[in-house]
Amino acid sequence: MTSYLTETTGIKSWLLTKDHKRIGLLFMIATALALILGGVFALLLRFELVNPGPDFMDGLTYNRMFTHHGIVMVFLFMVPVIPTVFGNFFLPMMLGAPDVAFPRLNLASFYVYCAGAVIVLASLWFGGVDTGWTFYTPYSTSSPTAVATAAFGVFVVGVSSILTGLNFIVTVHTLRAKNLKWMEMPLFVWAIYATAIIQVIATPVLGMSLTLVAVDHAWALGIFDPNMGGDPVLFQHLFWFYSHPAVYIMILPAMGVVSEVVCTFSHNRPSSYRAIAFSSLGIAFIGFLTWGHHMFVAGMSVLDVGIFGILSMFVAIFSAIKVFTWTITLKHGRIRFTTPMLYFFGFMFLFVFGGMTGVAVATSSLDVHWTDTYFVVAHFHFIMVGGTLTMYLAAIHYWFPKMFGRMYPERWGLVGATGVILGFIFTFTPQFLLGNAGMPRRYWTYPAEYQWLHVASTAGATILALGLVVTLGYLIWALFKGPRAERNPWDSRSYEWLAPTPPPVHNFEAPLEITRGPYDYHLPESP
Amino acid sequence: MSDHGPQSSAPRVGIQFQDLAKQEHAAHFGMWVFLGSELLLFAGLFGLYTAYRVKYAPEFAEAVHHNELWIGTTNVVILIFSSFTVAWAVHSLRRDRRRTTLWSLAITLVCGLLFLVFKGIEYGMHFQEGVFPGHHYAYKEMPGHGAQLFFTLYYFMTGLHALHMIGGLAVIGWVTARVARGRTTSAYPVPLVLGALYWHLVDSIWIFLWPMFYLTTS
Amino acid sequence: MNEFMRKLLMLPPQASTLARSIDYLHYFVIITTMIGAAGVAALTLYFLIRYREGTGRDRNPPPDTRPHHARGGVSLWFELSVFGGLLALFVVWWIIGFSQFIRIAEPPPDSMTIYVVGKQWMWSFAYPHGAGSNGVLYVPAGRPVKLLMTSRDVIHSFYVPDFRLKTDVVPGRTTQLWFEVKEPGRHPVYCAEMCGPGHSEMRAEVIALADADYERMIQGLAQAQVAGPVQGLAIPFEAEPREPLSLAAMGQRVAAEAGCLRCHTVDGTPHIAPTWAGLYDAVIPLADGTQLIADAAYLTRSIMDPAAEIHRGFTNVMPSYQGILTAPQIGAIVEYIHSLRDVSRSPGEAPLPAPIQGTVPLVTPLEGTAPGEPRAAVPNSTGATP
Repeated sequence: MTSYLTETTGIKSWLLTKDHKRIGLLFMIATALALILGGVFALLLRFELVNPGPDFMDGLTYNRMFTHHGIVMVFLFMVPVIPTVFGNFFLPMMLGAPDVAFPRLNLASFYVYCAGAVIVLASLWFGGVDTGWTFYTPYSTSSPTAVATAAFGVFVVGVSSILTGLNFIVTVHTLRAKNLKWMEMPLFVWAIYATAIIQVIATPVLGMSLTLVAVDHAWALGIFDPNMGGDPVLFQHLFWFYSHPAVYIMILPAMGVVSEVVCTFSHNRPSSYRAIAFSSLGIAFIGFLTWGHHMFVAGMSVLDVGIFGILSMFVAIFSAIKVFTWTITLKHGRIRFTTPMLYFFGFMFLFVFGGMTGVAVATSSLDVHWTDTYFVVAHFHFIMVGGTLTMYLAAIHYWFPKMFGRMYPERWGLVGATGVILGFIFTFTPQFLLGNAGMPRRYWTYPAEYQWLHVASTAGATILALGLVVTLGYLIWALFKGPRAERNPWDSRSYEWLAPTPPPVHNFEAPLEITRGPYDYHLPESP
Repeated sequence: MSDHGPQSSAPRVGIQFQDLAKQEHAAHFGMWVFLGSELLLFAGLFGLYTAYRVKYAPEFAEAVHHNELWIGTTNVVILIFSSFTVAWAVHSLRRDRRRTTLWSLAITLVCGLLFLVFKGIEYGMHFQEGVFPGHHYAYKEMPGHGAQLFFTLYYFMTGLHALHMIGGLAVIGWVTARVARGRTTSAYPVPLVLGALYWHLVDSIWIFLWPMFYLTTS
Repeated sequence: MNEFMRKLLMLPPQASTLARSIDYLHYFVIITTMIGAAGVAALTLYFLIRYREGTGRDRNPPPDTRPHHARGGVSLWFELSVFGGLLALFVVWWIIGFSQFIRIAEPPPDSMTIYVVGKQWMWSFAYPHGAGSNGVLYVPAGRPVKLLMTSRDVIHSFYVPDFRLKTDVVPGRTTQLWFEVKEPGRHPVYCAEMCGPGHSEMRAEVIALADADYERMIQGLAQAQVAGPVQGLAIPFEAEPREPLSLAAMGQRVAAEAGCLRCHTVDGTPHIAPTWAGLYDAVIPLADGTQLIADAAYLTRSIMDPAAEIHRGFTNVMPSYQGILTAPQIGAIVEYIHSLRDVSRSPGEAPLPAPIQGTVPLVTPLEGTAPGEPRAAVPNSTGATP
């Protein structure tokens, strides 16, 4: 029996594939490389910060390092990873479809991503960028670094994101299997769908804002230059109009993974399917209304501060609904504690704590002290790493058997997960305290009394890196030497597990007939 | 969507679609989502324009007055007419009138090129007076930041629109070739219908740019 | 209790009058957050253990036939109470936080105004009556102080952790920040918005002094920092003038208080900005090549919108005073400039500003510049040399 992995061979059959599963794997390799690159930048930053004064970098290099850490991590890893890897691989299967709506467009979005990534890396070659991933004007339009190249590269990656989102929206609307109703799709599909809506609506605005910065940097347009009558704060509004919804692009797919992992490994249906499905849409909607909370001290009116603050409170409630639902789903389940569940447990603490510190910074008066300090850095890393990265890793382990037909070594999985979670906690908890103490972010040198917190943070970062390296190691081993997996090793009811392991080129041997829900654990597995 | 394969008008259905109708529906839906994203690309620029217009109201009004109304209006007329011709092409293709379709598409292409020619003439006129974007602005009769910002936005937005126009011409050209070779017919007119939709978007954006840059003198 | 929490959370001393109430909200929010996160984690762990496979607790319940609800699910009322309660808690936080924000944003009417200019990579301060200092902000303890701030180049942010206060400093705009320091002391100031290689070193210090010490300090500064080699212009620090001032003399005082004299000389010496000597009704060249007469109308417009009609040969660094000076104050300044119309002007180019004494940066500055000097060596992409 051939699978999508073995049906055709040769490098061309991979590089020119239209199979959504192979495209998912291509993205998996590309985004993993981005994660490694961004992680290396982060480690270099952390080692430089071990001493208050300069160690092995000067100020300009340090600024370039954190800028590229941010650009690579946000645009080349966080935003694309779960949709392009697991969305690509499993969205069609979860709908009972043989592929996405536009397979060639899917391949195109991979190459557009690669082109954008190459341009972003080229900016490193041309001297790097030192503005921070937020590109604030007028510094970004006057900085003597490769701003135009990097901004243009991000624009191109954004196009890839829009194409992916477009493809997924049309797929969900038009390719559901015959009897599959909206309210019977796996919840991961809802998460990807809500994410795709944000991708399509928000990313063009970022593309336009960064194009303005790139053109301004190259040819002095002066749109945001006060010397030419421009208003630099307008850039911030345009930038955050995308970049706040972007954080929901980064977390919603991870929440989709949580839903799948929790239901499968507690062998229980979600305590409220509707709550999770609609809260995903709620996050997508309200997420567009809160961008101003990044600008509380930027010169907005007091009224704006109030409005953006209260709206930000609402968005947190949707996340709370999900957390609550997931917790109750565990009740009266039949739980197996596997590596994905350990990541889930880490997520529950880290995401909840990180999310609530988000509500804390939305409390306007507190944000006056915290904004632009390490507190905010800790807050968003708790969500991005503690939330998205943990569930990305959970997804790799959860779907590993289906994707590759092999099992990963469970004990090593638990070891790796422990390293990642503990390493993360030690890296970023000290940063909350640094922020409280008043240490601004993007600082290369700092007052000596903060040193012990920085040393602790760097120690944690080293453990986190080790955990990731261990994980990568055994996963690669498992790819070639892991024990063969059966079709549905987790006894999940979700539809992708009905396909053979690994799946054939068009996913199912015969057109899928849906006769039960994706979480009908009270029914036996075979349809 | 049918492309390679025997030179017949039998459209091919992708394996992911249950039937041709679903494929057509998906293609239409995808196109509308794409048009939505294009609209959002311009939306931020409209927002910028609005913000600066409020800040520099008299200078903007004066600068609008300075723009050549006849060129802007001619371009509107050309584009609206070309939207009509491209719609006529769709109408004709659905009735298998291939020659009419091809003529209508050719006129559409000519209109698009005419638009770009007039745009080029207008830019040339501006350059002669020293109206350049951004830092290079050198128009003595209207010094000051308001006018400079107005013209910078003018160049950026009409330039972005012109880029989309060129893309639209490429799309229409490609569709024309398909119709000419008999690959797009009434059995599956989707490439032409979607190409026409894109053309209508480019037209619609100009219909918003026109008052912003040519009509609102007060 | 306050001190215990403050130290536990590594918050700096509560040096401003608002800091303590902000910290109380901080404690409330952070403690709730920690309890919430720990509670969720604990409950999750509890369920993970209690309902793990093989314990037999799962075997008995019948198949769940309720649509969309799992076994062991909770009632809708319970859910609504939980989320209603959570939303109410967040709204309470917002109410307290926003009302504090309003107090942070609105200075008391009797605040003393100090002007702040942020530029790569230092802070300059200008006091009422014309004195100035760099790198150190002197304020009286026990009195509200309002900072009016602008930037000369890119966005910076003025952050005093001990006060729990921060406001971005934006070119082309004036932003404001106010505080009242409780007691004399020293408090570090950081720049909190990425502004270039010197961002980490763009530090300053707030030194709060008791009232009597403050007056002496400011008088000592007043002699030194006015633009150009001008004698006798520093106005003695007096709360009330001993006799009524003429409009021109009032204008002189306002000009000093508003910081004009830091850039505009009054004796013809070339400096950052056009000299006021002989300016009134003179024919001046503009940046776009035209000329006009510097009459009262032009001078008034220049105070409100300096960038619109810039005198040729000068860079646009002057912030607008629209909304900051009242019409009578502007009129007084114009009258003062009028009174200088017969002072002779000396020809010549404006020299670059002299190196400014102040905080020394921790690292070697860019090649070609002395500490604190603008980066004259590298023009930015607009072609303008900062």
